[in-house]
Amino acid sequence: MSFNLAFYVPLCAVIVLVLIPLAGITMGLEALFGIIIPYMALLAFVIGVVYRIVLWARTPVPYRVPTTAGQQKTLAWIKSDNLENPHNMWGVVGRMAMEVLLFRSLFRNLRSELREAPGTPEGGRLVYWSSKWLWLGAIAFHYLLLTILLRHLRFFTEPVPYFVKLIDSLDGFFQLYVPAVYISGIALLAALMYLLARRVLDPKVRYISLASDYFPLFLILAIGITGVLARYFFRIDITAVKELTMGLVTLHPTIPEGVGSIFYLHLFLVSALLAYFPFSKLMHMAGVFFSVTRNMANNNRVVRHINPWEYPVKVFSYMEQEDMFRAEMKKAGIPLEKDTEE
Amino acid sequence: MPKVPKPEELMKIDYRPPAKSWMDSKPEFRPGNFCNAANPKWLDVIDYPYPREWSVTDDDWKLPDNWKDIVLEGMRDRLDRFRSFRLFLDICVRCGACSDKCHFFIGTGDPKNMPVLRAELLRSVYRKYNTIPGRFLGRLAGARELTEEVLKEWFYYLYQCTECRRCSLYCPFGIDMAELTILGRELLSSVGINTEWSLASVASCYEKGNHIGAPPHAYYDMIDFFCDECEEVTGIRPNPSFNRKGAEILFIAPSGDYFADPGTYTFMGYLLLFEYLGLDYTISGYAAEGGNFGYFISHEMGKRLNYKMYAEAKRLGVKWLLGGECGHMWRVLNQYMDTWNGPPDFLEEPVSPITGTRFENAKSTKMVHVCEFTADLIRHGKLNLDKSRNDHIVLTFHDSCNPARAMGLLEEPRYIIRNVCDCFYEMPENTIKEKTFCCGSGSSLNPDEYLETRLRGGLPRANAVRYVHEKHGVNHVGCICAIDRAVFPALFEYWVPDVDVTGIHELVGNALVFPEEKKRKTDLRGRPFKGVTPEELEQEEE
Repeated sequence: MSFNLAFYVPLCAVIVLVLIPLAGITMGLEALFGIIIPYMALLAFVIGVVYRIVLWARTPVPYRVPTTAGQQKTLAWIKSDNLENPHNMWGVVGRMAMEVLLFRSLFRNLRSELREAPGTPEGGRLVYWSSKWLWLGAIAFHYLLLTILLRHLRFFTEPVPYFVKLIDSLDGFFQLYVPAVYISGIALLAALMYLLARRVLDPKVRYISLASDYFPLFLILAIGITGVLARYFFRIDITAVKELTMGLVTLHPTIPEGVGSIFYLHLFLVSALLAYFPFSKLMHMAGVFFSVTRNMANNNRVVRHINPWEYPVKVFSYMEQEDMFRAEMKKAGIPLEKDTEE
Repeated sequence: MPKVPKPEELMKIDYRPPAKSWMDSKPEFRPGNFCNAANPKWLDVIDYPYPREWSVTDDDWKLPDNWKDIVLEGMRDRLDRFRSFRLFLDICVRCGACSDKCHFFIGTGDPKNMPVLRAELLRSVYRKYNTIPGRFLGRLAGARELTEEVLKEWFYYLYQCTECRRCSLYCPFGIDMAELTILGRELLSSVGINTEWSLASVASCYEKGNHIGAPPHAYYDMIDFFCDECEEVTGIRPNPSFNRKGAEILFIAPSGDYFADPGTYTFMGYLLLFEYLGLDYTISGYAAEGGNFGYFISHEMGKRLNYKMYAEAKRLGVKWLLGGECGHMWRVLNQYMDTWNGPPDFLEEPVSPITGTRFENAKSTKMVHVCEFTADLIRHGKLNLDKSRNDHIVLTFHDSCNPARAMGLLEEPRYIIRNVCDCFYEMPENTIKEKTFCCGSGSSLNPDEYLETRLRGGLPRANAVRYVHEKHGVNHVGCICAIDRAVFPALFEYWVPDVDVTGIHELVGNALVFPEEKKRKTDLRGRPFKGVTPEELEQEEE
C-alpha cells in the first residue's frame, strides 16, 4: 500500500469523524450522539469481540508448538528455565504474565546494523545492539491508556470507588494548573506521537504500514486531544456530564443541559473506536492470550498432545521396503522378516 | 550451477525500501534466487497432486484450471483447523520488531523478507476473501486479489524462509513465520508447486529410507566402512547391529551423518561411543532417516515419514529410541511425533542402561536426544575422556535453530563440549542460544542452484563466526544439526575460510580413551593431534 493511501485516507476519515458530531449537535441531535450511538457502539464492541474470541477459541490447536527461549527441563542437574521455556502450568502462567504485563518479547528487541569494516575482505560486518525504545513507547502507551480508562470510571460509578479516587489524585498530583493536570493524558499524547513518528520516519516500518495501522493512531490521538480540550480549555460542566454518563450506565439515559459540543465529539470518537475495535488489529488485546507459541508448556515429550482432527495417512511399510530389496538385503546379511528361499 | 558474486559484492546490501508499494512489486526470478521445480516422478511416488513438467522461469506454470479455488478452499480449510493460522493472520500490528531479525532480510535487504511483510503476502489474500473490511475496502484494508503473480510471489518468499522461528522469539504476540510458511507451502503443493530438492528428498525417504535414496544394504555398507575407519584410527572396531530384533535401543541418525563429510565423522563418534559402552542397540534400514524432509512440505507428509520410527521400534521390539544430532529432526520429535504417530505404549520409559538415569522428560515419546544421553554419561563419570586430543581444535558452538527455539537444548551440548575440549569460545551473545542465527539453508533450501541466496541467508551466522575466528582464532564450529554440517562448509569457505565444521559426537569420539586402544596419533579425520610430529605420524604409517 502506498504511503499516501495508508496515511492520508485514515487522516481524512478521522477528520470526517470529527465533523459529523459537530454538525449533528448544531442540528440538535444530542440524543443521537449522547445516547443512541454510544449504546450501539458498545453493543457492536461486545458482540464483535465475543464473536472473534469465540472463533479463535473454537479453532483447534492441532500441535503444541511453543517457541522456547531458554533451557528445557531434562536432566535433574541442568538448571531449566521455567519462565522462558515453561515445562508446567505455573511456568506458562508466569510466561504469559511477563508477556502481557511487561511485554517480555518486545523487551528482547535488538537492532541489527551493517557497518563498514575496511580491514575485512568483504568490507562489512554486522552488529546487533539492544534497542528498547519501541518497548518503552509501547508499554508507556498501554499503561497510560489503562490509567486513563480507570480514571474515567469516576463518570460511571456512584459512589466512586476508592481506587479510582486514588488513581485520580496520584495522576493529578502536580497542581500546575486549575483544574489539576493529569500526567497520564499528556504522556499518552506524547507516547502516541512517538509511535506515529516512528511509523512515518522509520523507512522499514513506514513501508509495512497499512491504513489500518494509522487509523487507530489518529483516532486515539483525536480522542486524547478532545479529552484534553474538554477538560482544560472548554472546562466543560462535569456535573452535567456525569448526569449523562450515569444515565447511560443505569439504563435511564438523559440529555442534561450544558454538556457542550466538545463532550459529544469526545464521546462520538470513543464510540467510533469501540465499533471499529472488533474489525481491527486492536483485537491483539485478546489475541495475545491465544498465542500458541506462548501459552503452552514445552512438555511434549512428557504429556502427549492430542490433535482433534488427526487422520490416518498413507504410509510405506517395512514389508514394502523388504519386498523391494529382499535379495540385496539377504546378500548383505541383514535379517529378514520373510526369507523367500526358506 | 549459477555463478556466485564475490563477497564484497554480496555485502553491498541496501536496506532502504523501494519507493514502489510492496503490493505492486513482484519478484524477478533469476539464477541463484530460486529452487528448481520438482520433477513429476517424485510427485507420483508420494501421490502428490498435479505432477507435470514445469519451470520456475516460465511465464506459464501450468497450474490446474481451478487453481484459485483450490488455494482459497485450502486456506479456508486451514483457517478452521489451525488456530495458529487464523490468529497469526489476524493480530499482527506491524510494529516491525521482527523486521531485522530474519537472516534472509539481513542478507538480502529485500523488504519482503521482513517476516512481517512475508506474512502480509498471505494476510493480504486472507483479508480479501475472509474478512469484511477486506472484502469491501480492498486495497485500503490491506487486501489483494489472489492472482498468479501473487502465487509466484508466495513461492519466491516462502522458499526464502527456513522455518527457524527467530522472528517468533521477538514478536510481542509470538507470531511464528514458520507456521505460516509450512501452511503456505502446503497451499502451493496443493496446486502442484514443489521444489526439486525437497520432493526428491521426500520421495527417497519414503521409498528407500533416507533422503539420499540409499537402500538398506547400501546404508549397511556405509556403516561397515565407518567401522573400518574407526578401527584404523583407534584400533577398536565397533560392532553395531542392523535391523536386529530384541535390542534394547533403536538408534536413528540423520542421513546427513552417513553420506557426506563432515557428518560422517559424527557418525563414527556415535559408533565409538556406543562400542565403548557396550550398548545393546541396533540401527534400522527402514527407519534410516532421522531428518524429516516431509515436514518441509506439509504436516501430512511429515507424519507419513515420521510413522516409520515407532513402526520400526515396534517391529524390532526395542525398549526405547535414541536420536542423533539434528535440528528440524528434533523439532518434529519434540513437538509432533507423539501427536502424529503416538502413543508408543509398546515402548518403555527410557532408562540409561549405563547410569540408571530415567529420562522422565521423554516418558511419553520414549525418545532421547543423544546429547542428553551423553551429558548424563559424563556427569556420572562413565567416560574416560582425554580433552587434549581436541587441542588442535579451537571451537565455537552454533545453536541450531530448532533445538534452540523449539526445544531448548542449550546446556547439554555445552556440557559435553566443556568435557571434551579445552579451547571453547562463545560467539557474541545476541547470536547464540535462543537468539541463534540460522545456517541459511534449512527446511529444504539446500540445492546448489540456490547457493547465492543461501550465502546471503547465512551471512549473519558466518559473520558471528568471523568475529570469534579473528578474536580467538576459532577454527571449528561445533553444531548438532546435519543440515548445518552439510551446508556450513560452503558457507564458511565463502565468508570465513579456514573454519571447519564438526559435530559434537565427533569431538567425543576424538577424546574417548578405550582401555585397549592402540596409541592414537590422529583424530577421526586422520589429522594429527597437537604435539604429534610428522615423524611420529610416518612411523605409524610404516
